[in-house]
Parts: sequence; structure tokens; C-alpha cells
Amino acid sequence: MSDAGRQPVTFTVNGARRDAWVFPHESLLDVLRDALGHHEVRYGCGEGVCGTCTVLLDGEAVSACLVLAVQADGCSLLTVRGLADGTEPHPLQASFLRNGAAQCGFCTPGMLLTAYALLQHEQRPSRERIRRELIGNLCRCTGYSRIVDAVEEYADEAIGRADA
Amino acid sequence: MPETSAPARRETLRVVGQSPTHHDFVDKVEGTLLYAADWQLPGMLHGKVVRAQVPCARITAIDVSAARAVPGVVAVLTAADVPWNQVVERASGGVAELAVAMPVLAEDRVRYLGEPVALVAAVSPQAAEEAAELIEVDYQDLPGVFDAERALEPGAPLVHDEGNLLVTWTIARGDVDAGMEAADLVVEGIYRTQRVEHAYLEPEAGVGWVDTSGVVTLRVATQVIEHAATIAAILGLPSSRVRVISTYMGGGFGGKEDMTVEPYLALLVWRTRRPVRMVWDRQDSIMASTKRHPFTMRYQTGVRRDGTIVAQTVDIVGDAGAYPYLSARVLFAACALASGPYRVPRVRHRARAVFTNNVPTSAFRGFGAMQVTFAYEQQMDRVAAALGLDPLAVRERNFLAKGDTIPTGERLDTAVAAGECLRRALEALGEPPPPSGPGRRVGRGVAVNMQPYGRTVWFRDQASCWISLEADGSLLLRSGVTDLGGGQAASLAQIASEVLGVPLREIGVHIGDSSLTPPAGGTFATRQLYMSGNAALAAAHELRARLLPVAAELLGAPADQLVFEDGMVREQGTAVGKGVRLAELVAACRSRGVSCAHLGTWHAGTGSFDTAAGQGASFPDYTFGAHAADVEVDMETGQVRVLRYAAAHDVGRAINPLRVEGQIQGGAYQGLGYALGEEIVARDGQPVSTLLADYLLPYSADLPDVRAIIVESDEGKGPFGARGIGEPPIGNPAATIANAVAAATGVRVTQLPITPERLLDAIDLAGGVRGAQERGPGQGVRGTKHGRAVAPRWKEGEAR
Repeated sequence: MSDAGRQPVTFTVNGARRDAWVFPHESLLDVLRDALGHHEVRYGCGEGVCGTCTVLLDGEAVSACLVLAVQADGCSLLTVRGLADGTEPHPLQASFLRNGAAQCGFCTPGMLLTAYALLQHEQRPSRERIRRELIGNLCRCTGYSRIVDAVEEYADEAIGRADA
Repeated sequence: MPETSAPARRETLRVVGQSPTHHDFVDKVEGTLLYAADWQLPGMLHGKVVRAQVPCARITAIDVSAARAVPGVVAVLTAADVPWNQVVERASGGVAELAVAMPVLAEDRVRYLGEPVALVAAVSPQAAEEAAELIEVDYQDLPGVFDAERALEPGAPLVHDEGNLLVTWTIARGDVDAGMEAADLVVEGIYRTQRVEHAYLEPEAGVGWVDTSGVVTLRVATQVIEHAATIAAILGLPSSRVRVISTYMGGGFGGKEDMTVEPYLALLVWRTRRPVRMVWDRQDSIMASTKRHPFTMRYQTGVRRDGTIVAQTVDIVGDAGAYPYLSARVLFAACALASGPYRVPRVRHRARAVFTNNVPTSAFRGFGAMQVTFAYEQQMDRVAAALGLDPLAVRERNFLAKGDTIPTGERLDTAVAAGECLRRALEALGEPPPPSGPGRRVGRGVAVNMQPYGRTVWFRDQASCWISLEADGSLLLRSGVTDLGGGQAASLAQIASEVLGVPLREIGVHIGDSSLTPPAGGTFATRQLYMSGNAALAAAHELRARLLPVAAELLGAPADQLVFEDGMVREQGTAVGKGVRLAELVAACRSRGVSCAHLGTWHAGTGSFDTAAGQGASFPDYTFGAHAADVEVDMETGQVRVLRYAAAHDVGRAINPLRVEGQIQGGAYQGLGYALGEEIVARDGQPVSTLLADYLLPYSADLPDVRAIIVESDEGKGPFGARGIGEPPIGNPAATIANAVAAATGVRVTQLPITPERLLDAIDLAGGVRGAQERGPGQGVRGTKHGRAVAPRWKEGEAR
């Protein structure tokens, strides 16, 4: 396949500048996975239904399969690998671990990012609010309870840290 | 923490029974785990399966010239390119089923929409896609058959020349006719279940390459690495030339138990001699991957006035779709478990798997024992309603107990905690809430199930596990087990740690490689904790026994007084930290020529089943569980809202309670999706939609939290008395919800899923809201009249 028709895009992923030459029809998902090696962003349906390819685009949770790579030009992206601080998992990830909030783990990065984005806007969302926010992230293994538990526990802890 | 109910006296354990979050779990939460599609190799091509667009036709011509001309296309393969183009699945082990071959790529016939016809490999997914669309297949449509009962009728179109009936199982015990004659009441019911999709979040995927010495190597999402032998046969290679490595899967639920991408990937790799990646689109997966069998189940239950069951007849027809896959085994499980956790002295069960031109059905969590729960648990409520008895009392009266004989003629030799599970689940629900408004009714339902774990015993199942204590005192563990996400690998580490005292962080677990790990059998049939868990336990115990004399010598203490703990061996009663480090023990063993590596093998019990008599050995053991729910029904819209849900299962002994609770909650949710929304709708073999958006999976906000209750009888046949828990929790929800809806509305829905439309139709049929109101909630629809036996409505051998 010829490279004619490709165009350059530049964005930051987890704080680092990344450049790529992409076709106008290429999805952000394909470019992140195949060109830039971000396999933690996963294909689940290609319809924007399952939420496994969730990334934060300038702070908002989006399905990377529904965004063209050219649309992300100049934007700031966060994947689950950008949550941790060095080798230390983010406290939200630590809460997922403690609560057993993952089984097969395939949906986990998307879940974490959607929950993280919610908690950027709201300090202590109710359990119902968390459940509604996670509607766009399907999980076939856990029955969701443990995921919601983990988000709640993290939010409570964060409030505790802020008060301390 | 999960609730448990351990008996007062039991062995004290340090690692087993804890919920460490270790191993794969950390990688998953950090996002670093490499799944099957996350693998790239230099020069890698992209593979694509081209699928039939019609469900039943003769192929008159295939033209691939335009596809081959697409720039970037490296290979286009059709049936003529497959060295051995047939797979003969003998799912029952050749005991009972018709031998029917399935082509790898369709040759002259297609038998279902989505059947693979050709393969493409290209330098980019786009080029592969473009070429696939240019492959011209000329079809001559043939009359198909799309309903299993219709496929049994004389003159029905034949899906295979050999016939449409894949297998007939019977289980017969006692004089059923006399039992029905003597019964005070015979309750009849017909139940239908739907075709559903596994919908694991990770679509079928893998990467293959030709490795050193020409070994075709596949790194794929599979539950069964033992397919390597079948793949080798397809390629015309010796088994030793194909290696299958299983990745940690993004869910499987039985859908990665049969081969998915493997044969296609292997053919493209072998032909091109280049690495190839294949990832199925979600839409291809919905269209063409195997599904759960739709069942039609006809029940007659003969009871005495006091609710005691005296006889039961069950006739099951399962839609196998176009090819055998594992249908013969699924229908055996259905036949064997059709009476559920109840004592039924006289039974006549028949279960048949029937070919149609629908998408093939095969393994799916619950494996035939699930569908029958929907039927036998509604029968119990119908019996209670017809006799004016409490449905709980009717269940209690009939529950199996240890020592009882089940329909196959086998005696149960472990605890039956069905009653305790039921009490615990109800206790967790508390008092039922009132309706939230006018026009709404609340009802409570329960369902108790019985699910086997382990393969049918005539397979003479075995599993091996290799462990090695390394020079630094750390432990290597190798097992052919595959990991679906249920913690299959991590629990082996817990078991080894318990026995050898190696800290979990110092245990390396290597799994799922057909060339390098000892065979463990696939991860299915809730068998891995039972099989590989026992193998790991045996390996650890046997290695410990070999190390003991050396440790005793080093410590100058009697061997039976030694404790393995925290990377040390010490004499019982001495301070923790005093003793010999495992690294020192390994050095001492090596200097004495004592090996610190060991292969443990565990053999399950064996037996045989007499298909003619319908009696014999079936499964190694069972897990019992009970679910209870409160639902609210909007009588105007038919909307069912689940208010509270509790699920209790006897897991024998919980190795990792957090993971056990996760299995119960997740299984219950899948079962609730099955109960209330999920269905692959097809018309004449044509799916109405292949979009995930149209497949109604449970999402995070429409159902309540599942209260998971772990019951521990300590009497399982797995390590430390554990029972398997992978499959059991999916079985109960459909019947639980159907019974709760009947209790709320007085109307019983006997066909899944229980959609608002279907429930409204049932309410209308019962005379509308007013009719249902007059009868009042909780009455249910009565099966037949009191006090009189009803002659069976079908006979053996009668075509349906």
C-alpha cells in the first residue's frame, strides 16, 4: 500500500509527544495500537458500545474506535498506562486491586479511565451516579459490583487525604 | 469480605483461603498484560476469514482472481488449499453420536451463514478487507431447515447426508409409567430457551509464525491448547510440529473451547511462511462464533399430595446448528441433570441434539445443565402452586442428600448443601419491599441448581503439573492450564505456596504451552481447580516428601515435626525465622543428588456409561447453589425490575474467597442477561443484527448488586475439599426471575428471554391486567388438574 495520502499528526500520549503519519480514515484506536504500541487501548467492538478502547482526550472519556486519528491532532491523550506515578500504581488502581475489581482484565483500562474522568469532576459521586457513568463500559466477568466498590472506596480515601 | 460458613473443625491453612491480589491481577489493573491481539512480529501479515453470506447452498464456483490482484495481498486460500479439510469432533468420546465431518473451509456446500469459505493474508488489514470483498462465490440456494423440531420431521431437508439427528441420550430408572399412574398429580410444562452469545469482551484473536525447525507456532486466545493435534492433522504435519500457546484471555465462557482462529491462522502461516495476525471483528464474532443451544424441554412431574416427587419424564431437543462441535456432550449434561437437585426415584429422560442450518452451538458456561434449571425449577413452583403448598417446603421435601441415588444410578458421595444454600440466600434478601407505586407488583422467586464439575468420567481425565525449587529458594511452576480470567493460574500458586512455604511473590507460574508445559487438559467443565489444582497439590506434596529427610538431617529434627513457611523449613514450635532457608535446602539436596524438580500427575475417577440402558457413571461430583430475588413488575409496560438478588453456592472450600465471590457475582449477571434480554435473533438462518449495540448485555446500571454467599461444606473433590465454581452461578438466574415474575403477576413466562413484550402477551393471554389481578399474585399458572395422572403426550421414537 502506498503512503500517498498520509498526513502528519502530533499529540501527547501520557505526557510524551508522539508523531505519526496517518491516513485520513485511520481510527485513533488503530494508530495508538499499531503505530504507537499502546496495546493497553483495546479493540472490543468497533461500534463505540463496549468502552474497552476508552481513552481520555483532553480530559474527556472517548471511544478511540470512533475518533479519527486526524481529529486528535494537537490533543492531549491519557491511557491507563499514564495513570501510574512511575512504578507506583495510581490509588484508584490500588483500590481496584484491593477490591478484586478485575477478572479477565480486558475492560479494566477503560473502566479505570471512565471512573478517573468522573472523579476529576465530582469529588464523591453516589453509587448510583458511578453506576450510571460506567454504562458505556461493558464488563462480562464481574457483575460490576466490585468495580463500583473500588471507585467508591477510592473516592472516600481521596476525601480523607484532602481533609488530612 | 465474602460471607463464609466453615465447619468448626478443619485444617488450618495460611495461604489457601486468603485473597491475595497477585500475579496476572496486577498486570491487568496496570494495563500491561499482553492479550492475543497485542503481539506484533516483523513482516507480520493480517489474516481474514471470508464467510458464506447464505445459510444453505451449493457452491458452484469461487473466483479469487480479483482478490489476488489487490496490491498487498500475499495469499488467498480456498478448500482446495487445505491439506486435510475435515475435522471430525467426537464430543462424547465416540460413545453415542453420529460421525459427521466439518470442513475447515467449505468445499461444495455451505450449511450456515457465516461458514468460512476462503482466507486472505495481506500486508494490511485494509488490503485483506478489500480482497475479501472481491472474492466471488456463486451459490445455488438449497432448502434449509432452521428449527430443530422441524428438522426431526420426516422429509425435512437434510443438513448432512448422514441425517439430522446428531445424538439421542436416554437416562432411565424405575417404572416411570407406574409412577405416573400412582401419582396424585402430574404437572406438565413446556419450556423454551434462546440462542445466546458469549460476548467476551476480547474477540477471537491470535498471531502465528513458523518457528525454529519449522514448528508452526500459534499464540492465541484459547481455552484448549490440545487443539494442536487437530491443527497438525489439518496441515498434514506431525503433532510435534504444531505448538499452541494460550494467552491470558479476555473472557472465554466456553466460546474459546472449540478452535476459533487457529486453523485459519495456521493455514495462512504455513502457506506464506510469514507471521500472520488474525483478529475477528465483533460483528463476525456475533454472526459466526458458536452459541448456546436453544432448547425445547417438555416436563411431566408426578407427585404425591404432600409434594413428594414420584416420577419425572423429560424430553429435550437442542438445536446443534450446522456442525457437531460439542453438542453431544452438552446434551448429555442436560439429560443427566434434567431432574436437578431432587430425589426422583423413577425417571425417563431423553435429550437429542439436532442439526439445523443455524449457526453452530457448542460449549457455553453451564453446558446444558443450565437450560434445564429454567425448566425444573419452574416445575417445582408449579407443583407447589397446584398443591397449594409452600414452594420452599416442596423443595426441602425433595432435596437430594448425601448417599442418595441420582437418575444415572450413581450414589452421591459428598455433601449436598442445597438446603443450606437456599436458606442463606433467602436470609440475605430480608423482608420483601413494597411496590414502588400503583400498577406495580413485587414478587419473590428462588431457584436451586446442581452443576457438575470435571469431565464425564469415561474420558479418564488426568492433569499434570511440574514444579521446581530453584537455587535461590524461589519456585517455578509449569502447567498446561489456560487462564480465562478466573485466576486459574494464580490459584495453583496459592496451592503450591501452602504446601512448600514459598512466598507467592517468589513463585513463577508458566501456563498454556502445548510444547513446554505438562498437559493439564483445557479450561472447561469447571475442571481446572479440580484437575490442575489436585495435580499441583500432588506435585507439591510429593516434592515436599522428597525434601523432608534432607531438611530433617540439616535441622537435626524429626521429619514429621517440620513446617514449611515463609521461605524456610523449621521445627514446629521454634520461633518463626529460625530454621533452614529453602535456598540452603536446595543446595543441600543438590550436593546429595536429590532432585528439587517434580512432575505431579493427578487422575480423576473412571467409569463407563451404558447408553442402551441409560444408566452408568457420569460426572465426578457436583456443586449445589441457590439464588433468590425480589422483582417488581410494571403491569402496564411488562417491565421487570430486579430489586434484590442473592446467590449462595457450596464451593467446598474457597481457595481465594475474593475470586470465588467474583465468579458468583459475574456468573449471576450473565444469567440475568440470559433471563431478561440477551438473544441472537435469526430469521431462516439470517441474523437480524450482528451489532453489539443490538445485543442486550447487562450494563452497570440496570441491575442490583449481587449478594454473593460462599458456603463451605469442605467436601469437594478438589484440593483442600474445594469444588469448582466457574459454571454453577450462571444456572439459577433465569428460573429465579421467572419464578419471581410469576409470584408477582400470577403469570408464568416459559420462554426466554423474559422481555416486556413477552410478559405483556402472557398477561393478556391470562385475561389482561384485570384477569391477572383477579387471580391475584402468587398463584402461578397451573400445569394440570389435581388428583389424576395424565398420560404422557409423546412416546419414545416419535418424531417431533
